[in-house]
Amino acid sequence: MSYLLAMNDGQIRFSIILVYLGLLLGLGFFASRLFRGTKDDYLLASHSIGPFLLLMSMFGTTMTAFALVGSSGEAFKKGIGVYGMLASSSGIIHSLCFFLIGVKIYRFGRKHGYSTQIQFFRDRLESDLIGLILFPILVGLIIPYLLIGVMAGGGVIAVLTEGAFPNLGLSENGSIPPQYGSLLICGVVLVYVFFGGMRGTAWANAFQTTVFMGLGVVTFVMLANRLGEGQTLLESLKNVTAKVPSSKLTRAGMSQTLFLSYMCIPLSVAMFPHLFQHWLTAKSSASFKVPVICHPIFIMIVWVPCVLIGVWGTTLDLPDIRPNDVLPYLVNNEIGAFMGGLLSAGILAAIMSSLDSQFLCIGSIFTNDIVLHYLDESKISEKRQVWIARIFVILIVGITYVLSLQGYRSVFTMAVWCFSGFAGLFPIVFAALYWKRLTAAGALSGTLAMVGSWLYLFQQSGYGANTEFALSPFGSDYPLMPVVAIILCSTVAMLVTSFITQPPSQKTLDKFFRS
Amino acid sequence: MRLVIILMVLSLLVLHQDFWNWNREELSFGFLPIGLTYHIGISLGAAFVWWFACTFAWPSEIDTPDEQASESGEQA
Repeated sequence: MSYLLAMNDGQIRFSIILVYLGLLLGLGFFASRLFRGTKDDYLLASHSIGPFLLLMSMFGTTMTAFALVGSSGEAFKKGIGVYGMLASSSGIIHSLCFFLIGVKIYRFGRKHGYSTQIQFFRDRLESDLIGLILFPILVGLIIPYLLIGVMAGGGVIAVLTEGAFPNLGLSENGSIPPQYGSLLICGVVLVYVFFGGMRGTAWANAFQTTVFMGLGVVTFVMLANRLGEGQTLLESLKNVTAKVPSSKLTRAGMSQTLFLSYMCIPLSVAMFPHLFQHWLTAKSSASFKVPVICHPIFIMIVWVPCVLIGVWGTTLDLPDIRPNDVLPYLVNNEIGAFMGGLLSAGILAAIMSSLDSQFLCIGSIFTNDIVLHYLDESKISEKRQVWIARIFVILIVGITYVLSLQGYRSVFTMAVWCFSGFAGLFPIVFAALYWKRLTAAGALSGTLAMVGSWLYLFQQSGYGANTEFALSPFGSDYPLMPVVAIILCSTVAMLVTSFITQPPSQKTLDKFFRS
Repeated sequence: MRLVIILMVLSLLVLHQDFWNWNREELSFGFLPIGLTYHIGISLGAAFVWWFACTFAWPSEIDTPDEQASESGEQA
């Protein structure tokens, strides 16, 4: 007890984070006890996930560091318009994708035994090559997404443990350096994914989603009371809002065309490989109804407090702070050590609930689409197949960690580029499900057009260094997000090539379309 | 019914581009910027539209007998 009393604030917060991480490890070990020993169980939880768990795991997976750290940081810079730009639009578009694409993919997955997107595309397009082209693209796009989480996790731990260990010489301010925090996050996620597989991941996601949603609301109330200093919560909210510069309470300075073109970004969920895998874990297609309906409300519950906290940050005389650090900084400096520790666990929960699915899906893609596709699957035991997936998960965690050491990037900018690439593949998955005339050559040229346009525009933006990069085809007064051009390129290439090439065989059309 | 759903979703997408709220500084309940309040409404509207779609336009061909048969043999 005396030891607890002797701890400084940073140590208390770090201890709470460690307890939380310990709970996650326990959950992973518990899930591993229910493991049936098959590849299907390890990667898809034997299609046993019901509506509630599906909602929580799909939502937890789509809400990453981008939703908490990125949204508050961007609202700190640009004001409340960030909510309309990405949150309310995602409420419409994400559910649209779940409804139009997720449910159909689930049905085909169950009927034909798919575990990955590539298996579906190979079958639907009668092409092996599409798998070889898609594999590096999907992995290449998911790695920046992973980096967002790993780097944000390390950054959050560094800010929240400021002054915790002044005598250890780990850093100038006595905090846990970001690279150690990132290592800790990677290690914990790796352990529960390694042992628990998809079941452990789904449970951990549900647990972590509950934690970050609940603690997000608590953070909001505590910060409002602290910054507003009113007698009641409403009075505090009014007081703190009164101090916010009016430019942050409107969308003054935000381009309307840019705002409109941001609508294309959420289309990315249709091609997220980790979400695809979650769709296939569903117990039945009816399990999708709850996620489709509740997703916009859940986004609102998470984003509204974060956006408001971000604009409240502008009322403080903050030191030279990076936007990504606004939320952890406020938690660190405005809330007591114990609650601050709990809230920081909530921030890490949001980050890790995406990392786990992403690590697992890459293991799944490699195992199914490369190893088992090109080797004789019947000669590899189920046990060995699970181990192949696990080994690849370890490799990807290692590679991601090493890449995360390369330096700071804006969470928001990295996420938007990554989402733009996935959104560029939306026309292809949509056409594969709803357009009989789509051919393998059409899908290939659409995919390559996406890659070419994405690489060109990314290079034009200084590889993400220009965070305000936009296209101006109608003049500088009407800027558009690069994602518009990327989607346009992939759509035109896909349509033109499909029309001039041989349509798919009747056998394939009968398999995927009702006459 | 599908046409109704399509029109509802298109309406949401059009309403999302609320240029009329762009520079309004009024606060709802004394603390919520009007632009943010409006988009909270869009989020709630989206939930309603998707509830409506799931209730009245759920793709019936999805729940085919073969899927139901495969489900009957699995454990939760």
